[in-house]
Amino acid sequence: MIEIAHLSKRFAASGPPAVDDLSLSIGEGEICVLIGPSGCGKTTTMRMINRMIEPDSGVIKIAGRDVTNIDAVELRRSVGYVIQQVGLFPHMTIGENVATVPQLLGWDSARIASRVDALLEQVDMDPKRYRDRYPRELSGGQKQRVGVARALAADPPVMLMDEPFGALDPITRAALQDEFLRLLYELRKTIVFVTHDIDEALKMGTRIAILRSGRLVQFDRPQAILAHPSDAFVEAFVGDDRALKRLGLLNVGRFAVAGAPPAGAPAIDASQDLRDALSALLAANVDVGAVVDGQGVNRGVITLHAIRAALA
Amino acid sequence: MLEEAWQFLITHPSQFATALGVHVALSAAALAIAAGIAIPVGIVAAHRPRAAFAAINVANIGRTLPSLAVLALVMPLLGTGFLPSLFALSLLALPPILINTLVGIRGIDAEVVDAARGMGMTARGILAKIEWPLALPVIFAGLRTAAIQVISGAVLAAFIGGGGLGDFITAGIAMMAVPQLLVGAIPVTLLALGADYAFGALQRRITPRGLRVA
Repeated sequence: MIEIAHLSKRFAASGPPAVDDLSLSIGEGEICVLIGPSGCGKTTTMRMINRMIEPDSGVIKIAGRDVTNIDAVELRRSVGYVIQQVGLFPHMTIGENVATVPQLLGWDSARIASRVDALLEQVDMDPKRYRDRYPRELSGGQKQRVGVARALAADPPVMLMDEPFGALDPITRAALQDEFLRLLYELRKTIVFVTHDIDEALKMGTRIAILRSGRLVQFDRPQAILAHPSDAFVEAFVGDDRALKRLGLLNVGRFAVAGAPPAGAPAIDASQDLRDALSALLAANVDVGAVVDGQGVNRGVITLHAIRAALA
Repeated sequence: MLEEAWQFLITHPSQFATALGVHVALSAAALAIAAGIAIPVGIVAAHRPRAAFAAINVANIGRTLPSLAVLALVMPLLGTGFLPSLFALSLLALPPILINTLVGIRGIDAEVVDAARGMGMTARGILAKIEWPLALPVIFAGLRTAAIQVISGAVLAAFIGGGGLGDFITAGIAMMAVPQLLVGAIPVTLLALGADYAFGALQRRITPRGLRVA
């Protein structure tokens, strides 16, 4: 869906390049997370996709079309854009904000009105209650919901998201991550997602591109990055607890084995991850836990041995 | 004293009406000319950091010049009368409008403009739909300051033969005739207060609802 080839950008003629010969291929429906320390070029790379920044060299193609051959304004209207500070227009109502791109595309007002209501519902904001409010009346999490609704308005196949949850408190952030993961997955959007938070990257990304000094260091699935970091930089970047993080990506249900749980075994929901299971086993000081489904029906057992084997 | 001033006024109705008319015309025209120059220049300069920096500095220097000095400087160049007075007063009204236009536009949150651009608004669209409505209350505050300055500054037009209510004041001072002085001074004060009130009310009206303090 998005092909990036030999992309380079230098802001100061004498300084180091912000993005240095970067190549990436992002498939349709993928959530590609760009991550790395400050100044690694992740935001610059993202902003070159909708030509907010023009590259010095290299090619970016969306659905086979070279973006430099598309009028920049037209291109941006066809790509969703969400930023950390949201950037809602303070003088416009929530409804008017969400209607921005449809307005630019010249939709008729009835179509815009019904689309706005549908989008607000999709991001769990009651249209009747919020449509005519102003941004300053919303909380940070609500603003970002509106920001995402606004970006989805014209149903763009590609979305660019620059640390969309970065300014939120941890609880709101986790809730929005879960919700948008589900929503974006349902909508089959191709997403380029910038963050500096490795946990967020592991959670949101179908693939993660780790950047350093404008270069791509590793580009792989979250599991693979945790299991086989390509070098010491990636290893340090993902953290010393990468084994635990890997467990956090694995579902208990998948590793449950048949058997009757011994007396006193802690009950662990099949939808939890192995990290939770390990924590429960350690807390109860036992080797075997009972796996139960949502209804509390027994689904076998999870053992310390199985957890260790999962990482092998 | 006020009684005598009133007597003077009703015995010189046409003289008063002319002076008042000239004063209002001079002020309004100067304000319109200054706005016509300062707002477009401010908008253009606001998008160019260097130009904005230069414009703010020049305007700040302009603002420190005493009104009388501006009028005095104009006289040897343009002579006396209505037009030189208008020129000087327009010059006087430029800085507050220019500064407020620049500050109004540059004060808009960068991420708001970034979001607008990122969603595919053209530069012109951003100006019309985002920057202009958000900067307008600040620009209006500049017009309000300029209006008061021009109305009081227009009193000095009398010194270079520009007419207006300043004629009564200068004549009153010259002849030690306080009632006549008041016939000039009181209406000028009322004009300035009225302009302040009118622009203030207008400023509140044009402030977008989303920006108003609840």
